Amino acid sequence: MTLKALLAGTIALGLAVPAFAQDDKTKVGFVYVGPIGDGGWTYQHDQGRLAVEEEFGDAVETVYQENVPEGADAERVITQMALGGADIIFTTSFGYMDPTNNVAEKFPDVKFEHATGFKREHPNVATYDARFYEGRAVLGTLAGHLTESNKIGYIASFPIPEVIQGINSTYLHAAKVNPDVEMSVVWAYTWFDPAKEADAAKALIDQGVDVILQHTDSTAPHAAAQEANANGAKIYTFGQASDMSAFAPMPRVASIIDDWSPYYIERVRAVMDGTWEQGASWGGMPEGEVVIGEITDVVPAEAKAEAEAMIEAITAGEYHPFTGPINKQDGSEWLADGEVAEDGELLGMDFYVEGITGDIPN
Amino acid sequence: MTGSIDPVLLVASLMVASTPILLAALGELVAERSGVLNLGVEGMMITGAVVGFIAAASSGSVWLGFGAAVLGGAALALVFGVLTQVLLSNQVATGLALTLFGLGLASLLGQGWVGIKGPGLARVDLGPLSDLPVVGRVLFSHDPVVYLSLLLVLLVWAFLRLTRAGLILRAVGESAEAAHALGYPVRAVRLAAIAFGGACAGLGGAYLSLVRVPQWTDGLTAGAGWIALAIVVFASWRPGRALVGAYLFGGITVLQLNLQAAGARIPVELLSASPYLVTILVLVVISRRRERGGDAPADLARPFHASA
Repeated sequence: MTLKALLAGTIALGLAVPAFAQDDKTKVGFVYVGPIGDGGWTYQHDQGRLAVEEEFGDAVETVYQENVPEGADAERVITQMALGGADIIFTTSFGYMDPTNNVAEKFPDVKFEHATGFKREHPNVATYDARFYEGRAVLGTLAGHLTESNKIGYIASFPIPEVIQGINSTYLHAAKVNPDVEMSVVWAYTWFDPAKEADAAKALIDQGVDVILQHTDSTAPHAAAQEANANGAKIYTFGQASDMSAFAPMPRVASIIDDWSPYYIERVRAVMDGTWEQGASWGGMPEGEVVIGEITDVVPAEAKAEAEAMIEAITAGEYHPFTGPINKQDGSEWLADGEVAEDGELLGMDFYVEGITGDIPN
Repeated sequence: MTGSIDPVLLVASLMVASTPILLAALGELVAERSGVLNLGVEGMMITGAVVGFIAAASSGSVWLGFGAAVLGGAALALVFGVLTQVLLSNQVATGLALTLFGLGLASLLGQGWVGIKGPGLARVDLGPLSDLPVVGRVLFSHDPVVYLSLLLVLLVWAFLRLTRAGLILRAVGESAEAAHALGYPVRAVRLAAIAFGGACAGLGGAYLSLVRVPQWTDGLTAGAGWIALAIVVFASWRPGRALVGAYLFGGITVLQLNLQAAGARIPVELLSASPYLVTILVLVVISRRRERGGDAPADLARPFHASA
């Protein structure tokens, strides 16, 4: 009899599950590569999650998981979220690309959104990214003006198109205002390792670099620069992914901020309305997804004005950072005079532009 | 762009880069010599990092910070100690849980401390010694914790090799049953070793947040505790070799970043993998030299109960 009761209970529970899943709350999942307190990339995605909660209030429930390694573990985490009843899952790092597509195949009713990727193998997978190179054009302009040693440094994470776009955009615009500028790129092979990022910044400073840009997520390079400045150096840095204003006005003189809120709100609303469709979004300054943080007064007025004019031009759609004439590193022509780079070419970018030394690891 | 690397600056910075993992590895080495496998090094390190940073930033004294980190690391280690030695829980599972707990605890405690600047740590001024060419910069111009870590290598070696207490600790690690039969307090020895391990890990963590990075960020240790664990095995449970291992790992990490910044034409992916490759290589060489790879304490990770 107890067995019978147990069975009956189990069946009842089993029947109840779909009912739970159909309750009116839309469940939104987020998978993060770093901790939400990193002050950079993951922090900004989490701000986007909070914006979703604020926009829809009780109509949504959000869940997230931090520090998910890019690999087999990611697949487990995403699967678990899908099993947990998520209606839409945002996977917020490049390395989640294959895991996202693998899980999407098994859960056709769940929507998946992968940040910075290009694979959409199933109709329920969309990708989204932001045109960070637009912001980096502005930072490059400032870097070119600020450097006194004519050496700028770039802490890069992984050799993927997004990062290479950033390096090229930064260098092109720094060289435009300062033809003598040289740029050293250090590959850290991590998105987030404060100690390693600090060491990379110190290595660059030892080499005479006085402006440091970064495409890794922690604030450690700023702290390293701050320390060097306390010992008499004059190093400038830029906030990455989020404002990092705690280090302003020096060494952080401006920042490139990722604002994902508009996109997250739009996509969650689409799920609620039932109008969600697969797509590849690539917004930038015009969409409000790439924002330049406050440019401090340490920056000379004319450099600041130039940067602000560039922000306006990009936002208005009047200027594209990759406008020819631009040559590739080997001297061959990439873009003719006045020619603008196509998105497809940018998304697969695997070469340096002319003037950058060193090779891209592959 | 090409530049050149100043070998003096390089050695000086590799010593700084290696200190956190050296400290954590030394502590874990002592714990493992007593027969306890504590996989919670990462958790104890990051707890030390956050506790040390909060104490230093709020008191303005970096030494208070290090002191708090030592106590914090030891306190967390004793949680593990009570669970595994008194309540006889599984050491591997408890250690992993300790790492997760430590990461969560640090994240919780660290809220509100992100982006704040802590007090700095002055280098020791050894007067004329620091002004010596080359060696002055390499050997005599570091902060005190670097010297403390080197001294600790010597002390741990001397303790394990030369003292009666060290002999007892090793006996407990090799055969807890025999040590118990001889009347030695197995549980007390192991708890002390665990606490020492936690204190060292905490100190190493605080070195990251107070000197090397220096600030608090969530996830600050980024796997340094796991490297420390690997270095204990790499060192075949000997303090001197732990020093070599830590400096090798830290040195190659710093060297490859410097080579990149200097514009060396060496494949970057090879440079980035080099710390791991060299570690594996040395492990192979060491294990080839010995007849058997069995350097581990015989009772490592085995629970001990006096009435059993």
